[in-house]
Amino acid sequence: MDRRSFLKTSVAAGAALALTKYKPLMANYSDAYDLVAVKGGEADVMFEQAISALGGMKAFVKKGQKVVIKPNIGWDVDPERAGNTNPKLIAKIIEHCYGAGAKEVFVFDHTCDDWKKCYSNSGIEKAASDNKATMVPAATDSYYQKVQIKDGKRLKEAMVHELILSSDVFINVPVLKHHSSSKVTIGMKNLMGVVWDRGYWHRNDLHQCISDFASAYKPTLNIVDAYNVMMKNGPRGTSKADLSLMKSLIVSRDIVAADAASAKLFGLDPATVNHIKYASEMNVGNMDLNKLNIKRIIM
Amino acid sequence: MNLAFLKKIRVFISLLFFVLTALLFLDFTNSLSAALFSAVTYLEFVPSLIKFINLLAFTSAGFLIMLVLTLIGGRIYCSMVCPLGTMQDIISYISRRFKKKKKYKYSRPYNWVRYSILAVTIISFILGTVLLVNFLDPYSNFGRITAQFFKPVVIFLNNIAALISEKTKLYWFYSAEIKNFRITNIILPVIILGLAGGFAVIKGRLYCNTVCPVGSLLGLLSKFSLFKIKIDLAACENCGNCGTVCKSSCIDVKNKEVDFTRCVSCFNCFEICPSLGLKYDFTYKIKPHEISEEAGNDRRKFLLGSAAFMIGYAGLSFGQNQVKVYTQNSVPVLKKYTVSPPGSQSIARFNRICTACNLCVSSCPTQVLQPSFLEYGVWGMFQPRFDNTAGYCNYDCVLCGEVCPTGAILPLKVEDKKLTQVGQAKFIKENCVVETQKTDCGACSEHCPTKAVHMVPYNNLLLPEVNDDICIGCGACEHACPTVPYKAIFVEGNAVHKRAQKPKEEKIEKKIDYKEEFPF
Repeated sequence: MDRRSFLKTSVAAGAALALTKYKPLMANYSDAYDLVAVKGGEADVMFEQAISALGGMKAFVKKGQKVVIKPNIGWDVDPERAGNTNPKLIAKIIEHCYGAGAKEVFVFDHTCDDWKKCYSNSGIEKAASDNKATMVPAATDSYYQKVQIKDGKRLKEAMVHELILSSDVFINVPVLKHHSSSKVTIGMKNLMGVVWDRGYWHRNDLHQCISDFASAYKPTLNIVDAYNVMMKNGPRGTSKADLSLMKSLIVSRDIVAADAASAKLFGLDPATVNHIKYASEMNVGNMDLNKLNIKRIIM
Repeated sequence: MNLAFLKKIRVFISLLFFVLTALLFLDFTNSLSAALFSAVTYLEFVPSLIKFINLLAFTSAGFLIMLVLTLIGGRIYCSMVCPLGTMQDIISYISRRFKKKKKYKYSRPYNWVRYSILAVTIISFILGTVLLVNFLDPYSNFGRITAQFFKPVVIFLNNIAALISEKTKLYWFYSAEIKNFRITNIILPVIILGLAGGFAVIKGRLYCNTVCPVGSLLGLLSKFSLFKIKIDLAACENCGNCGTVCKSSCIDVKNKEVDFTRCVSCFNCFEICPSLGLKYDFTYKIKPHEISEEAGNDRRKFLLGSAAFMIGYAGLSFGQNQVKVYTQNSVPVLKKYTVSPPGSQSIARFNRICTACNLCVSSCPTQVLQPSFLEYGVWGMFQPRFDNTAGYCNYDCVLCGEVCPTGAILPLKVEDKKLTQVGQAKFIKENCVVETQKTDCGACSEHCPTKAVHMVPYNNLLLPEVNDDICIGCGACEHACPTVPYKAIFVEGNAVHKRAQKPKEEKIEKKIDYKEEFPF
């Protein structure tokens, strides 16, 4: 990298970092609840309940803003296998973003399987195009820019998708699943889909790297799809037999809280999932659910 | 009869085949349907012949159509179907716009060279190796040239468009990349493009009449064509124009003879002739004694050759050498066999049939299929194999079998493909992150579509373990394994593909009460 492009990316990264960090402060959201948990409905209906409890999407998306939605689209499997985020949920979120006045809505994931197959077979490409959101490619390094992770312990820098750096609002929509690498995959693990070199994370203490990245790039909003939950053989799953129909949804601005509550749903003590524990220790968010103001909705 | 219109037909059909065939190799977006692949490659002589012999299937009788057409009117394949031929025509056409000397003239054939190459190719084929056929098949050469030289250009142009569409945030184009390019991939393309292209600039279709065994074979056959292009001695006005446009340099204007074995039926002569001095002449009205002694010999040789060709193809095969990919110093990783594509059944069978045209390589969505160099040994040079550093075989994908024109990769149903074990994952604990770094990783198991690679407790961490019975050798684990410089898990090829067991499905027993309170 020559000096000029280095300076350019550093400045861009710094500016983006600053923006991302203070975004939660600038947003004029309702402080009533730290976390909303919904149970017993369809994914899109549960989302509508949750978002209205938080003051509607207007609390997060301002008129004319650019929104990036990051679902989990890691695998070439159909929606019934619940290996990817529920497309119905994504469709509803896009609808609400435009309803709140968003100028543009983008959707992408750095997939594991072939990205074109993932985008189409997950049903998310259709959900996006039906609702006038743009599906964005993320399969070559040209879409990524180098940034520094200031508070990272093991992860000091990363290549981050340009849309994460350039968007006003970042909505993280993971699907709750068993995971062979990280025990369970929820919000913070889902952020591995916005970076380029994941091998580095795997080589250098995966759990610590997950927490490190979350310390620098906190989404504006985390919406955990726990409608149909893969209880084993994750994250790809081998058949529908791996699934348990939980019909639940967790929404929070605090990515660590969202992960902690979702881990509980899954049947794990959040403290036993290292990246949740580390992130809580690093004050990325709060995993102590007793200290949070939680709105529970059973439909 | 004025046959000038034939040239226009020839130009149209040849460009159609050329463009369609090139598109198959250039489509990096995978948007062309598999049906188009089969339709376009159906008439390709060598792939169709090989498929026919190996599968005894009349569904792959495209080469028979070309043989019949040759027996009717000469080397129609060379003029209209062969993409390498049309590529040379295009090169000639362009180069002649800049050259001073634009005219062709008659030259003597290099019979010794062309028939030797043909004989050696056929004999090696009979002895059981497809290697020379692989090197010399014009369609496969065109495939390799297009995939290795022109596809990168297309991708480069696309990526410029992608960059613009990225800056404008429209994302109409997306950037693509070529994974794991190796210099050995272009050995043949450089030689053949140099040779065919160079000859095309200097002497038109000299390559087709000197090097190409398909050209020589069809040339021999065209001695028996029902209709041959001849100079009509009565109508010819001695202008000599036909000789100056003959790409094959086969019209001897002085002696008013046409060497039809070298004629590629381009019909340029019909178009330029001012006096209908050239005609498609019905051969068999000629009295038998006019067939020369030499031609008789050639015919005998040809028949002998083709008989041996057919017999040899039925079964003989060289023993396949085991392939040692590399040996490491620290932790020895021995790959005894590389992995052949699913549907190829066995490495030996695959090596015997594949002409390395690169069509599967070009269409493979994950780019796991890459041209080999010596991974299969000398006899399988340049044939595609799994390169798991480039990608891994997508669990639900069967595209390579659908596009393969030779039947080297047989089409598989998705359900069968998912149980086709092309190799087995082997775990090297000493190289694994869990062992060397004492931290969790699990990237291999994460990507495994059957969970043959699963995690077991190990010193408070999780360590991979492989269940051989359900592993299909897709290479997802090897691809995802992040260890450097050596992988901690790799796929050992199966010399003969096996059938894997179905992964067990166990239902989750837990009943969920949706009215129950949250666990927090």
